[in-house]
Amino acid sequence: MDMPAPDPAILARKDELVTRLKEILPERAVIHDAAETRAYECDALTAYRCPPMAVVLPGSTEEVSRVLALCHRLGVPVVPRGSGTSLAGGALPTADCVLLGVSRMTEVLETSYEDRFIRVQTGRTNLSVTGAVEEDGFFYAPDPSSQLACAIAGNIAMNSGGAHCLKYGVTTNNLLGATVVLMDGTVIELGGAHLDAGGFDLLGLICGSEGQLGVVTEATLRILPKPEGARPVLMGFSSSEVAGACVSDIIRAGVLPVAIEFMDRPCIEATEAFAQAGYPDCEALLIVEVEGAEAEIDHQLGLIKQIAGKHDPVELREAADEDEAARIWKGRKSAFGAMGQLGDYICLDGTIPVSELPRVLGRIGALSADFGLRVANVFHAGDGNMHPLILFDANTPGDLETAEALGAEILKLCVAAGGCLTGEHGVGVEKRDLMAHQFAPADLEAQMAVKDVFDPAWLLNPAKVFPLAASEARRAARLAAE
Amino acid sequence: MIAPGTEAELAEAVAGATGPLAIRGGGTRGAAPEGEVLSVAGLSGVRLYEPGALTLVAGAGTPLAEIDALLAREGQRLAFEPMDHRGLMGTEGEPTIGGVFAANVSGPRRIAVGAARDFALGLRFVDGAGHVVANGGRVMKNVTGYDLVKLLCGSRGRLGVLSEISLKVLPAPETSGMLVLEGLETGRAVAAMAAALGSPYEVTGAAHDPAAARTLLRLEGFESQVGYRLERLAAQLADFGTPEAVRDPEEVARTWAAVRDVEALQEAGGAIWRVHCRPSVAPDLVARARAEGALLDWGGGLIWLRVPEGTDLRARLGRFDGHATRVRGDGPEPAAPPEAPAVAALAEGLRRRFDPRGIFDAEG
Ligand SMILES: Cc1cc2nc3c(=O)[nH]c(=O)nc-3n(C[C@H](O)[C@H](O)[C@@H](O)COP(=O)(O)OP(=O)(O)OC[C@H]3O[C@@H](n4cnc5c(N)ncnc54)[C@H](O)[C@@H]3O)c2cc1C
Ligand SMILES: Cc1cc2nc3c(=O)[nH]c(=O)nc-3n(C[C@H](O)[C@H](O)[C@H](O)COP(=O)(O)OP(=O)(O)OC[C@H]3O[C@@H](n4cnc5c(N)ncnc54)[C@H](O)[C@@H]3O)c2cc1C
Repeated sequence: MDMPAPDPAILARKDELVTRLKEILPERAVIHDAAETRAYECDALTAYRCPPMAVVLPGSTEEVSRVLALCHRLGVPVVPRGSGTSLAGGALPTADCVLLGVSRMTEVLETSYEDRFIRVQTGRTNLSVTGAVEEDGFFYAPDPSSQLACAIAGNIAMNSGGAHCLKYGVTTNNLLGATVVLMDGTVIELGGAHLDAGGFDLLGLICGSEGQLGVVTEATLRILPKPEGARPVLMGFSSSEVAGACVSDIIRAGVLPVAIEFMDRPCIEATEAFAQAGYPDCEALLIVEVEGAEAEIDHQLGLIKQIAGKHDPVELREAADEDEAARIWKGRKSAFGAMGQLGDYICLDGTIPVSELPRVLGRIGALSADFGLRVANVFHAGDGNMHPLILFDANTPGDLETAEALGAEILKLCVAAGGCLTGEHGVGVEKRDLMAHQFAPADLEAQMAVKDVFDPAWLLNPAKVFPLAASEARRAARLAAE
Repeated sequence: MIAPGTEAELAEAVAGATGPLAIRGGGTRGAAPEGEVLSVAGLSGVRLYEPGALTLVAGAGTPLAEIDALLAREGQRLAFEPMDHRGLMGTEGEPTIGGVFAANVSGPRRIAVGAARDFALGLRFVDGAGHVVANGGRVMKNVTGYDLVKLLCGSRGRLGVLSEISLKVLPAPETSGMLVLEGLETGRAVAAMAAALGSPYEVTGAAHDPAAARTLLRLEGFESQVGYRLERLAAQLADFGTPEAVRDPEEVARTWAAVRDVEALQEAGGAIWRVHCRPSVAPDLVARARAEGALLDWGGGLIWLRVPEGTDLRARLGRFDGHATRVRGDGPEPAAPPEAPAVAALAEGLRRRFDPRGIFDAEG
């Protein structure tokens, strides 16, 4: 993975920039000391690091606007950051950028239960949005596994999903409005506490734009009443193919669970060793969760068990109480941690049509053998969003490159199966150079045309999402204009 | 009229156009904008349908009725419940799936499941220069690149002509039922709907007809589930009166089709407005509108109003969290809601990029 060389003209003006930033922000909101900027050198894609020229931590939309207007005037690139949990390198700085973090902007601005929304500053973490309303019986639905740490800012930029999005949708389906600061400092309001803004759906366009169109400072989010209850069932199968077929049958039967999670043998074994969740010894397991009152849950789980029964499960375990439910989820929730114990890993997140699950899983197994690296699969099966985890050893020279090459093959396989490169983590720098496998030049051109409109000078997070060769002319035009 | 039969012909027709084009799906919107008619009716047919993956791919000119019938055979449906505008607009023709997404048309169930745009997984379109562009795909979760699917949904043909759409479908529930509350004035009705939508019973329709003082709450699901939920919801709404429970799914379907298609306001004459708002301000807006007729959907978040043609409704409503669009009739102000200058500049920038020659300017 390459990043463009930093612009020496910008680096030479670091002192001037810092002085100006201190004029428009409180003292402690500007960080430029090399020892301190290092804390922001990477996100959760830790293989790539680069400290920014300076970090700013504004406390309001107004301050964000001042920073962007200044950087715009000086021609300095800006990389927005929420909590830095991106797995795609979306928040990876460049040496010549100002990293703009919203982590100090965490307020709840308004809550309305009668209109079912909450308005927050986007530095607030995902889980603490639910935390603000749950005592009153409400919750914010999108629940990325990183929800304790990740911010609404990053969720919106990546259009993040979670285990329960099969029923409740991903971020874009739960976002009602946003305050966005454009690169020149202009503040715009999109949507609000009503449904479906008029005009073009700019809110839908901003969501998932990976910090390249504007900095989102406030968001109006839909909140929902908590269901009466929820209960998972765990099912073990003799092969991934059978588990895949069972998923498809459940969906077809008209039961709509809130979550259908899948784990294969390598992943089951790793989590058992790590979390002792008591999972069965089998090739593949599914965790299916349904919601409602006791009787409603019984009815739906009855249907699901009946369908699973036709696929000869090696184990069928229904949670009898809260404790058992927590045990069933425990392994799934610690899967990433468990894999981390085994060594370094790359987490992919290509999506495929559910009907292709068995075939694609088989191919991944074959590719894993070819490349000589272990791959474990744990993912949201209901919507086909795979998470193959490629294990490698960062200390073995060449291992990272082999793992990345295997990852690229798996993602190409997902695209060829009718799917896509990324279902929820985003493109960032990680999948940037694979974009041409999914999109024709005209498709990428149309997307880049959107950035031209929002950020004509290509200053916001410029070296991400689009293959460097594809965006080069636009980025070069900026340099020439300086 | 230009009537391409393939996407390639469509692209050629757009590239070769010398003046404005008027894109037509089924033509149910009534008065067409000026320009040569470009019909997408030839781009018709379902290309892929996988009930087990809840996905369907169709040409943009495919009649909605054809898709509905196909889904019904598998016990599935378009959950966002697109309305049939023919009654309200007094038009004929066959609504197409392209027209539905081009206008982001969603019905009563929008409050529970989302809008048309939330069910669009991917699309192909031809921009104003005649380039074919693909975005999204046919999978449920996809964040690869910018979401032009959302941008194109609801863009009313001003950025490009849709040629193909892939969408998410959902299982149709086993049954449905509803509660009917009588005699509530609008403020109380909106409060009752808020209480219902704030309950865990997953209300999939909440509408109020002020003239009849009737408030409707729909529930859908398994037989036993709907029975249980109707009972619990009625108990929870005791403060608002004793609701009548309707268990006949056919009656429920008829009633909600009438809400969806705004039957209460269909009679000829007058301008029809569609107001999106924060639900709790709906009673105040209805009072300020002094309309001849009104219908509240989405728990009050959507207000349909009929006022005499020429009424400056926006002046009556004043400022509020939301917007108002005139969908039928004439008036002194533009039909589409005004935009803040910075937002309007972005919209204009997008139009110039996607349609440099302005051949779709007459649209929507
Ligand atoms: C909030 C709201 C406002 C509405 N306002 C209007 C209005 O102001 N004027 C109006 O005429 N209708 C309006 N409608 C109605 C709506 O456009 C129609 O009901 C449409 O969805 C039915 O499909 P059709 O095939 O008959 O489309 P048509 O009536 O043929 O076309 C409807 C609109 O969609 C566009 N369109 C159709 N097919 C395509 C395509 N393949 N690619 C790109 N664009 C396409 C047309 O250019 C036109 O703007 C409105 C609907 C809603 C929900
Ligand atoms: C253990 C683990 C589990 C995870 N599980 C999931 C999961 O289940 N589902 C899922 O979808 N993701 C998951 N992720 C990925 C990650 O948590 C999400 O992408 C998350 O939304 C990133 O949020 P963040 O605040 O950390 O953003 P950051 O990493 O700080 O930034 C992410 C992107 O957002 C942009 N950005 C940040 N703030 C703004 C702003 N204010 N305005 C505009 N752009 C901005 C950045 O430039 C960058 O491109 C997981 C990550 C980890 C480490």
